[in-house]
Amino acid sequence: MARDHVANIRQSIIRMTHRSRSSHVGSCLSACDILYVLYFKILNIDPQDHKKPDRDKFILSKAHASAALYATLAERGFFPGEYLDRFYVDDGLLPGHLDMDAVPGVEVSAGSLGHGLSLGVGMALANRQTGNTGRIFVLLGDGECNEGSVWEAIMLASTLRLRNLTAIVDMNKLQGFGRTNAVIDQSNMADRWRSFGWEVQAVDGHNIDDLDRALRGSPKRPRVIIADTIKGKGVCFMEDRLEWHYKSPDDEQCRQALDELERKH
Amino acid sequence: MFVNCLIEQARKDDRVFLITPDMGFSVLEKFRDEFPDRFLNVGIAEQNAVGVAAGLALSGKVVYVYSIIPFITMRCFEQVRMDVAYMRTNVRLVGVGAGFSYGPAGASHHAIEDIAIMRALPNMTVCCPGDPVETRELVRRSFYHEGPMYFRLAKNGEPRIHGEETRIEIGQAVWLREGTDVAVVATSNMLESGKVLTDKWVGQRKSVSFVSMPTIKPLDHGAIDILIQNGTPIVTLEEHNIIGGLGSAVAEVIAESGKGIRFTRVAIPDEFCHVVGSQSFLRKKFKLDDIQYHEVAN
Ligand SMILES: Cc1ncc(C[n+]2csc(CCOP(=O)(O)OP(=O)(O)O)c2C)c(N)n1
Ligand SMILES: [Mg+2]
Repeated sequence: MARDHVANIRQSIIRMTHRSRSSHVGSCLSACDILYVLYFKILNIDPQDHKKPDRDKFILSKAHASAALYATLAERGFFPGEYLDRFYVDDGLLPGHLDMDAVPGVEVSAGSLGHGLSLGVGMALANRQTGNTGRIFVLLGDGECNEGSVWEAIMLASTLRLRNLTAIVDMNKLQGFGRTNAVIDQSNMADRWRSFGWEVQAVDGHNIDDLDRALRGSPKRPRVIIADTIKGKGVCFMEDRLEWHYKSPDDEQCRQALDELERKH
Repeated sequence: MFVNCLIEQARKDDRVFLITPDMGFSVLEKFRDEFPDRFLNVGIAEQNAVGVAAGLALSGKVVYVYSIIPFITMRCFEQVRMDVAYMRTNVRLVGVGAGFSYGPAGASHHAIEDIAIMRALPNMTVCCPGDPVETRELVRRSFYHEGPMYFRLAKNGEPRIHGEETRIEIGQAVWLREGTDVAVVATSNMLESGKVLTDKWVGQRKSVSFVSMPTIKPLDHGAIDILIQNGTPIVTLEEHNIIGGLGSAVAEVIAESGKGIRFTRVAIPDEFCHVVGSQSFLRKKFKLDDIQYHEVAN
């Protein structure tokens, strides 16, 4: 079952980026297993009642991976799969970065890096103050953690002891114009969050069971999952290659990618 | 065009320095590889990028900071105000993706308020080149200009509108046609549209002025004054919010002239774009490409 859903999500992403010739396919594939675990195993959500007040909320702070979120929401039943054909095209429905007005299930508009965790802190604080049991989950890129505003939010969250807030860092070791640790050395990422007062767990970001386990439980403080991932995961010629932050698969590459994903599951 | 000019200058001028907050894949490699000591990817951190640039500039460098327009203007706006504009540092903010260049990427990537906010900063020179010649000319002037500058670039591949040999100074309008029935004043990535439009009207035997405004600040008041004195109806063309851009700048000149002339601003209405589509699709949607002669001229 798990493999079916995740493979479907990955295949949708390949088709969407191929059809629209859009970027960020590598960023999307990197985050699929995380999104699958959240939307199918962790989040208290109801696609039929997507605004229910006590729902858990997910914020895709690395919003350039919007195709992965749209594909996951469609797979989970928030809207029909045909909507995915209207990603990043003329008279489309789904923009390349997030517009909360576009479709059900998108909690915030985004696309500029370094905003999502602050929004998450605000939501987590509001829920605590109103006795709302909904929890807040935020997915960040590792390159995104270069932004100072991320660390401002990190410091505030631990000061406020926001135990209903979980961050996940998609540690794929690549960013926009280089390898993450070559641009800004963040090799001690886990220690950084820990020293700022967060509970930290490092997991294999493509292992469904490990992710599931890490995202359960009730932490005492804000919690971060450092997810060790591979950019472009699942399509061999895209894996760990900077260029697939930008390129979109041509006809032949699209066919190859879909085949590979079909064989694997 | 921008990066080639920069490389040319950097070979003879070691003040030239290039910073990127993690952008420029497939554009900046040539500069990075030839001048590794004068290139710095500071990471996805625009506020820091601009502050570091200002520090280098205070130490004698001429520093270009390159990113997508919203991130190089708005993500770090107070660094721009204090560290660049207030201290008059020789920082050049170079933004790509004017207007709806990144159309389907969504509102976060649309650049429709940048002229307004940059124009409001004291000391800031605002350049909006609309073809490769304007880009080349203004980038070359920037090497020896004193004080901060903002470059609003479109995307690579605008057609050339001016002759190769054209020379353009900062603050200078460029007359492409002179006529008295109507005047089109265009800036940035609407230059080509302006050309198509005015060519069409000329084909219909109208007497048309066509003025390119590659610098919005300082604005070439003289060029607008000529049109006002002649009583020529003016149309401004820009892919920018109707508030604060070229249209507003020209309106200020007209209003203070004390003369009434017919005047139309063609621009994006004051709203965020929730429509998904390419640049040309969005231009149609917001009617930037659909101007009827009888609606703007006498
Ligand atoms: C404030 C801001 N600056 C720059 C960008 C352009 N940009 C989009 S994705 C990206 C790289 C992101 O790297 P990372 O956070 O590691 O995400 P990944 O794609 O590797 O998952 C950049 C620089 C942006 N969207 N927002
Ligand atoms: Mg990354």
